[in-house]
Amino acid sequence: MTAFAAGTGRFGRFGGRYVPETLIRALDELEEAFEGSRSDPSFTDELDDLLTHFVGRPTPLYRARRLEEASGHPRVYLKREDLNHTGAHKINNTVGQVLLARRMGKKRIIAETGAGQHGVATATACALFDLECVVYMGEEDVARQALNVYRMELLGAEVRPVSSGTRTLKDATNEAIRDWVTHVETTHYIIGSVVGPHPFPVMVREFQSIIGREAREQILAAEGRLPAVVVACVGGGSNAMGMFHAFVPDEGVALMGVEAAGEGLGTDRHSASLSAGLPGVLHGSLSYLLQDEDGQVAPAHSVSAGLDYPGVGPEHSFLKDSGRAEYTSVTDDEALDAFHRLARLEGIIPALESAHAVAYVLREGARFAGEGAVVVCLSGRGDKDVAHVARVEGRGLSL
Amino acid sequence: MTTIADAFRRRSEGGRAALVPYVTAGYPRVGDTVAVLHALSDAGADVIELGIPFSDPLADGPTIQRSSFRALEGGVTTESVLADLRAFRAEDDTPVVLFTYLNPVLRYGVARFLEDARGAGAQGLLLTDLPAGADPELEDQVRASGLDLVRLVAPTTPPERIPDVAASGSGFLYYISRTGVTGARTSLREDLADEVRSVRDAVSLPVAVGFGISTPEQAAAVGGVADGVVVGSAIIQALDEGGVEGARAFVASLRQAMDRA
Repeated sequence: MTAFAAGTGRFGRFGGRYVPETLIRALDELEEAFEGSRSDPSFTDELDDLLTHFVGRPTPLYRARRLEEASGHPRVYLKREDLNHTGAHKINNTVGQVLLARRMGKKRIIAETGAGQHGVATATACALFDLECVVYMGEEDVARQALNVYRMELLGAEVRPVSSGTRTLKDATNEAIRDWVTHVETTHYIIGSVVGPHPFPVMVREFQSIIGREAREQILAAEGRLPAVVVACVGGGSNAMGMFHAFVPDEGVALMGVEAAGEGLGTDRHSASLSAGLPGVLHGSLSYLLQDEDGQVAPAHSVSAGLDYPGVGPEHSFLKDSGRAEYTSVTDDEALDAFHRLARLEGIIPALESAHAVAYVLREGARFAGEGAVVVCLSGRGDKDVAHVARVEGRGLSL
Repeated sequence: MTTIADAFRRRSEGGRAALVPYVTAGYPRVGDTVAVLHALSDAGADVIELGIPFSDPLADGPTIQRSSFRALEGGVTTESVLADLRAFRAEDDTPVVLFTYLNPVLRYGVARFLEDARGAGAQGLLLTDLPAGADPELEDQVRASGLDLVRLVAPTTPPERIPDVAASGSGFLYYISRTGVTGARTSLREDLADEVRSVRDAVSLPVAVGFGISTPEQAAAVGGVADGVVVGSAIIQALDEGGVEGARAFVASLRQAMDRA
C-alpha cells in the first residue's frame, strides 16, 4: 500500500500544506534537506550512532506474563520505548530533526509540547548540540506537568507558557507556528508528532519508524511469526505511526490505534478525533478534527496531556478511511486503572498516554487470544504523571 | 457594482493608494458589524477586509486573536457574518474581501459558501492558510465562483514563485511587509520600499502592503510605494479605545495622511 504521494505531500486526500505563504520556502528547504539526508551515509551513520549510544536503542520487546494473565491473552509483548533516554519515544524524532537543523544551518530550535515529553526530548537534543531552544507549552499543561517544565529548564531550554485559547497543546502549537512564521530564516521548528504541513508528517514518521522495524524483527525472533495485532495510543499519533509503519504491508497484522475517550465519547470531553471528528484543516494539514458545526476547533480533553489534542496525523486519517488500521478509544477511568494495574502487575509505571494502549489490551486482548501475539507500544514511562494522578485521585503530593 | 479592480483603479488614477482596512466580524460586539462597515466606508475605505473569526488564528498576532476569540464568544457564525455583509451591501457598494482560515469554509461547504458569499455581496476571498498551489481543485472552485481570490506574497517568497502566486489570484496582491504575524509595529523595515517595487515590477495586479502598519505616517509612507495599504490590528485597537466612532476617526486620519503625502 503506497498511499503517500511525495509531490503533493498527501496520504490519499489527507495531509497537504495549508500554511501561511511565509512558510512555503522553509517547508521546501526542509523537504529538500530531509530527502537529501536519507541517502547520505554521513547523516544516517551519525543518527544511528546517536540512537544506539545516546538514546539507548534498540529498546527491548518485553513479554509481560502477568499482563497476559490479567488480559486473557496468552502472548502480550511490550515495546519498551519508556526505556529510551528521557523516558519516551519522542527522542527518536528530536535527535533526527536536530541533525537536520544543523544540516540546514539553523541555530535556533522551537517546539510545542503537551505532556512535556517532546519538550524534554527537544531540550535534550538541543543541549547535546548546543542549540538555542524555546518550548511553547499551554498554561494548563505547565501546571499539570511541572516536573517536565523544570527538566526542560535544567537542560537549558526556555519554556514559554501559552495563555491563549484552551491553554493546551493545540494553542502551544499555534504559538510555535507564529514564532516560526516570525523567525523562519534562523529557526527550525521541531514538531513533536506526525502532524503539521508536509513534510512533517512523513518526516516524523520516518524518524519514529525505528520502533516498528525493531519490534517486527524482535517479535519474529521471539515468536517465529508476525503478531495478530499491534496496539498504540493515538494523540497526534507519532508513536502509533512509528509502530505501525513497518507492519502496514503485513496485511494479516491488525493495527489498532487507541484514542482518548476522556469522560466518554457521548460527552464533549474527549480527544478522539478519528472516532468522533470530521475531516478539517488545523496546523497545516487536512485530517480528522474535533470541530463544531461552524468549523471552529472544539476543545479536546484527556486526563493525559499528551493525548489532549483535537487533531491527528493525516496518515492515520488515511489508514482509517482505507480500513488498514482500526481506531478505538478508552476513557480516562480505564487509562487510570491501567496505569495502576501495569505498575502492580509488571513493575512498570506507564505514561498516562501509553496506559491507554495497555487499557485496550486489558479490555479486549482476549479477543485476539486464538490468533497470535499482541504487541503494545509502551511509548513512555509514567514518572511525569505520578503527581498528576495523585492529584486526580484526591491525594495531594507536594513535589 | 464596484469591483476590487475598480476601487484600486480609481485611486491610482488620482495618484493615490487605496486604503484597505480590516475588521473582525462581530467585534467589539456581534451587533456592531454593519455599523463598523459603514464607518470604515464613510471614512474613506476603498476595499474592506471582513474577518470571519476562527478559533485557531495562527497567522494572527495578539490583537486580532483577541478580537476573534471575543467575537466567537459573542456568538458570531459564518452565517451571521454573511447576513451582516448582506445588510451592509444593501446600502453601500464598497468592495468587501472575506478574510478567514480554510476550516470554517470547509465546514460550511465550499460550494455553498462561495454561492452564499457572492449572494451576500462579497467581491473577494482571502484564505490565510491556502497558499498558491496547496489545493488546486479548491483554488479552481474559488476562481470559478466569480469572487476574487486574493493572494499573499511574503518576504520569504522566492522571486521565481511571485508571478505564479499572482497569476493564481485576482483583485489585488497582498504583500506581507515582514515575516511574522499580524499586529502593530512601531517601525517599518528599511528595505520594504525596494521589495514592494520589485514585486510590483513582477506582476500586473495592484499590490497592497499590510502587516504592522499602524499609524497615519506609516500608511502615508507605504502608500507612496504601493498601490494599497492594509491596516488591521490598529483598527481593532481604535475600536477598543473609541468604539465605532473611534474607528471612523482613525480610518479618516489614515486617509488624510495618505492624501497629503
